[in-house]
Amino acid sequence: MVASSINVAQNVGFYLIAAVMVGAAISVVSNRNVVHAALSLVLVMAGAAAQYLLLAAEFVAVTQVLVYIGAVMVLFLFGVMLTRAKLGRDGDLNNRNWGLGIPVAVLMLGVISWAVLDGWKDATLPADRGPVSTKAVSDSIFQPYLLPFWALSFVLLIAAIGAIVLARKD
Amino acid sequence: MMLASVPYWLQSIFRVLGGAVAVLLPAGTIVYVFLFKMMSFMQSRLGPMEAGPYGSMQLFAEVGKWLQKEDITPERADRRIFRMAPLLVLVSTFLLVAVVPFGPEAYFTNFDAGVFYMLAVSSVSTLGILIAGWSSANKYSMLGGLRAAGQLIAYELPMVLAVLGVVIQAGSMNLQTIVVKQNSDSIFGWDGIGNPYILTQFIGFLVFMIAVQAELTQAPFDMPVAESELVSGYMTEYSGFRFLIFFIAEFATAGVFALIASVLFLGGWGVPFRWFGWAPNGSHEIANWMNVGGPLIMFVKMMVLAFLIMWARFSYPRFREDQLQRFAWKVLIPVSLVNIMLTAILKVVF
Repeated sequence: MVASSINVAQNVGFYLIAAVMVGAAISVVSNRNVVHAALSLVLVMAGAAAQYLLLAAEFVAVTQVLVYIGAVMVLFLFGVMLTRAKLGRDGDLNNRNWGLGIPVAVLMLGVISWAVLDGWKDATLPADRGPVSTKAVSDSIFQPYLLPFWALSFVLLIAAIGAIVLARKD
Repeated sequence: MMLASVPYWLQSIFRVLGGAVAVLLPAGTIVYVFLFKMMSFMQSRLGPMEAGPYGSMQLFAEVGKWLQKEDITPERADRRIFRMAPLLVLVSTFLLVAVVPFGPEAYFTNFDAGVFYMLAVSSVSTLGILIAGWSSANKYSMLGGLRAAGQLIAYELPMVLAVLGVVIQAGSMNLQTIVVKQNSDSIFGWDGIGNPYILTQFIGFLVFMIAVQAELTQAPFDMPVAESELVSGYMTEYSGFRFLIFFIAEFATAGVFALIASVLFLGGWGVPFRWFGWAPNGSHEIANWMNVGGPLIMFVKMMVLAFLIMWARFSYPRFREDQLQRFAWKVLIPVSLVNIMLTAILKVVF
């Protein structure tokens, strides 16, 4: 890889955001306060959105903000605050089997790094590539990936119906 | 064009300054003209008259008053989050204005997924309100925050769905393209006034404005700050300049949403007459002075829509919580879904 083909500003940005994301991710699992942990998770999601922007995938970045920060995390915080909104520290947050998480996390890291490194090898993004247009994204969803898109829609529909069935008492 | 010769750092400063003006000027104007004066006239009183001619300096007096008040953080509050929350709400407003086009070249960014971005960023303020209510360590604040979150989630859906009609008709999510389309299209072959989408998307416009009213927690939808039940909802514990930030964010967001609605439904910065250079076949020659005239036209349209928002605010009593939720899920969402279907069918037919 030639050094001149590396976009320095983009790499600096990547590592800065990645450092913030890792710190926030550790805070998600180690924080003694549920709401603080959830807010750290918001930071991780926002970092992911920023990384997508660095990769010129603006539609994916906006989707990340709309779905994860605007909807999932708000609902999550809503639920936490309705059920156990404690200010200050919470004693019994750790699961007894938390040690099991470590090998699983290491395994995941290994598999993903191997897949990324093996799949892309020395490939670099062309420096002059503009943002991926929204039209291109929708074209690929509604043409080659139409069937998986439909399947996913049905899964979501079933989940929604299931939630209603579970929530209704009558 | 003109900006191209300016170095990037200077462009960035221009953008930040322009953003501040585009957010704060509508907010100040809305507060003075509508909140101070129009509401007073509707209630047969004069409103502020002492500070400046016709009380026009009242705004500065108010800001000065809030700035010199003591900044109180409740003892049991979660300090860091308590202080962060109002900023989060204000930041979401500033990010919102970034995609609004003010003229042929007078925009902050020409963002391809502008409509989508606008919907995503506006939902971030919900987070700020929710944590403001929680971190205050106050039951009223907490209830206000939860009410706000429930309401904002419920009304975000009809807003998204109402905008979809416009997106289908324009065939683009770029706000600039939507403006150009509205000014150069024709209604069934007649291109006298272009095709402002308020005519063809009137249902979408109604649903959008109602959803905006609810997103702004303005009066028929102001349960999160219902003063007779919840003191002041999620804002109860805030004082001094932190309250001021919430206050500015509320009216600035009203202004920005009025700007966005005028882009989506009223033709944005354009006036669709031939001597403005619009041509139906896409060979526009928009005069350069529209970069100055555009923002003024936008401002006028913004004032008209903000007037509608404030008019409804001063006229109607508050809904009940269950009425609010039922209205969103059982009326607005089905109506906007039908609107999308009709728009899609008509788009394919014509």
